[in-house]
Amino acid sequence: MAWTKKVLRVDLNNGTCTAEALNMAWANEYLGQRGLATKYLSEEVDPQCEPLGPDNKLIMATGPLTGTMASTGGRYSVITKSPLTGVVACSNSGGFIGAEIKNAGWDMIIFEGKSPEPVYLYVENDEAELRSAADLWGKSVWETDEILHKKHQDPLLRIACIGRSAEAGCLYAAVVNDLHRAAGRSGVGTVMASKNLKAVAVRGTLGVGNIADPKAFMDAVNDGKQVLAENAVTGQGLPTYGTQVLMNVINGMGALPTRNMREVQFEGAEKVSGEAMHEPRASDGKPNLTTNAGCFGCTIACGRISTIDKGHFSVQNKPEYWGNSGGLEYEAAWALGPDTGVDDLDALTYVNFLCNEDGMDPISFGATVAAAMELFQAGAISKEHTGGIDLAFGGTAALVQMAELTAKGEGFGKDLGLGSKRLCEKYGMPELSMTVKGQEFPAYDPRGIQGMGLAYATSNRGACHLRGYTVASEVLGIPVKTDPLATEGKAELVKAFQDATAAVDSAGLCVFTTFAWSMENIAPQVDAACEGDWSVDRMLEVGERIWNLERDFNMRAGMTADQDTLPKRLLKDAANVGPAKGRVNDLHKMLPEYYALRGWTADGQITPETRARFGI
Amino acid sequence: MMQRALHIDPVKCTGCLQCEMACSYENEGVFNPAKSRIKVFTFHEQGRFAPYTCTQCAEAWCQKACPVEAIQVDKATGAKVIVDARCVGCKVCTIACPFGTVNYNSVSGKVIKCDLCGGDPACAKACPTAAITYVDADWTGIDKMRAYAGQSLAGTA
Repeated sequence: MAWTKKVLRVDLNNGTCTAEALNMAWANEYLGQRGLATKYLSEEVDPQCEPLGPDNKLIMATGPLTGTMASTGGRYSVITKSPLTGVVACSNSGGFIGAEIKNAGWDMIIFEGKSPEPVYLYVENDEAELRSAADLWGKSVWETDEILHKKHQDPLLRIACIGRSAEAGCLYAAVVNDLHRAAGRSGVGTVMASKNLKAVAVRGTLGVGNIADPKAFMDAVNDGKQVLAENAVTGQGLPTYGTQVLMNVINGMGALPTRNMREVQFEGAEKVSGEAMHEPRASDGKPNLTTNAGCFGCTIACGRISTIDKGHFSVQNKPEYWGNSGGLEYEAAWALGPDTGVDDLDALTYVNFLCNEDGMDPISFGATVAAAMELFQAGAISKEHTGGIDLAFGGTAALVQMAELTAKGEGFGKDLGLGSKRLCEKYGMPELSMTVKGQEFPAYDPRGIQGMGLAYATSNRGACHLRGYTVASEVLGIPVKTDPLATEGKAELVKAFQDATAAVDSAGLCVFTTFAWSMENIAPQVDAACEGDWSVDRMLEVGERIWNLERDFNMRAGMTADQDTLPKRLLKDAANVGPAKGRVNDLHKMLPEYYALRGWTADGQITPETRARFGI
Repeated sequence: MMQRALHIDPVKCTGCLQCEMACSYENEGVFNPAKSRIKVFTFHEQGRFAPYTCTQCAEAWCQKACPVEAIQVDKATGAKVIVDARCVGCKVCTIACPFGTVNYNSVSGKVIKCDLCGGDPACAKACPTAAITYVDADWTGIDKMRAYAGQSLAGTA
């Protein structure tokens, strides 16, 4: 079984918490987590609703393998309609809260309505209730975590909450759990704030039982763990360097978007790379990286635990930032570093700490600062707007100040909280926004990695690397090496990655396992844990069904297929240096084939046949 | 047969809790860190993790404190084992243990502690980084010794 088959429904209008049975017919079609919660959202929410209004819902969902011993089986997702993109938001996080929700006996928690006063949800196994968060509103994530642990006198309590950026209306606010893991993208934290919901505090002691075939499950789990341990990426690269293993690799191939994606290589990349995080500092002889860390059940352990140099200007006289906390992942390091032209590792680590402390998506924040820097250079904004701060590219102190302002929603930080698209529109230069469907790009330039252009353009949550990570194939050769500069075969590749990823997410596993695991490693774990027959083919079918359901939700929300595109800069302005020099992204060569493979019309509509095939 | 002991090297621990799940699954049949005999502690500010469980004291205070002789020695492994049929849940052993590694389970009304899984500890098998190993009880220091021996060979110690 593996599902608890129970949903906790929290009515914030009336302050009630009700248990209900999980819809198993839907679970059989959508598995769990991302897929199943999107089904609930799609059935219960008008896709045209105002994302920050009471009609939107917010779902915290686990998968059937969440809370089990399956490696990386601790993931949960936050699903809602995004205020940043206006389409479906599904932000995935590790840490420990997902498993704790499951251990408390719940597959998912659905929040609906809006509380009249700030509240937090306290869950202790079967017991759940809303309590006043009057004393928590206005506090950071880190303060909220500390206050709740003290109040409940329970060090084992797991907490997910929003920070001050969400309260201030920042459109890319995250829901942060366990201090430094985040459901980071698309403004899911902003939706949580709009409901006056500050935190979810969970203690689960029931455990996860009900494994359909325990012996087969443990065999599949142990086989899977061994494959991860023996793989060069999951067994060595990720534990040693984290995702930051990519900084120098991507820069070398001329696909590291630099200074708001005007350039494709960054001269300072090495200084902010995974390798640099291991280098002893001049001041105290310690490296930036203290250790690697695992999320619940994860045998890869790519997480970074870092410190900032106590002598660095950003933390002088601020001892609260001298200890260890969550360090730089590749996407965050890129957005805060190369995209803004800043090459100061301590500054990036400090800003990353602030993003965790107050719940901001570091990708969207960094990319929005990058857009602001280009607006500043173009003269569209001036020191008058920024409060006297010089926003030239490469300004380390400016980046730090902008993070401090945005975290609290003060001064020019209020404008930065709009995200790149709205910011560039506000100041009259929408073409400078490097976004798809309103969401900022991550760290792979689609001129140098062609398949990622199609993946970004068609991602159901706007520009994103986690919806179809063809970098695995185009750069790392997983499962097979494809030419990053070629467009042939990329439509098929993108579709395959999108479908498989949707299934992996929905199981409750981490997509990083797929550097080593194929669906042949994953399906047996799901099959042994869950009732019914979960073959490789069924997993992929579920993935494709989820993709179509998300697409359907987005189209009903008012999205049009002409939004399946990239900013002109990536389609018209050729890469200036490196192996991709002279190339733009040839999206037009891939998109029609992609639509055809998806069973969609030439203008991107889901055909009646495809709807019938997936029951949508 | 040679006696073995759990050996914990916290530096290698990543805090993933595979050991806690393996322990609860072995002993309770569910994946449930709340019912694990081994616990991993996170020292966030220091960036450190430390698994901790019973050291199987030779002169076991829990055993001496028990008024009903519910803690007995497994002669094969040296483990101090709770005999559920005798345990009355008085919790005196949880107070007597200086390390806090004997704890009360309110569901069963008995205490629980590490029993070395009868000589094949599930936590050590599940640990992905060898932070928990099951080694010769008389030579738990051998890795550290070897490391320092290596340094002296290189003339750095």
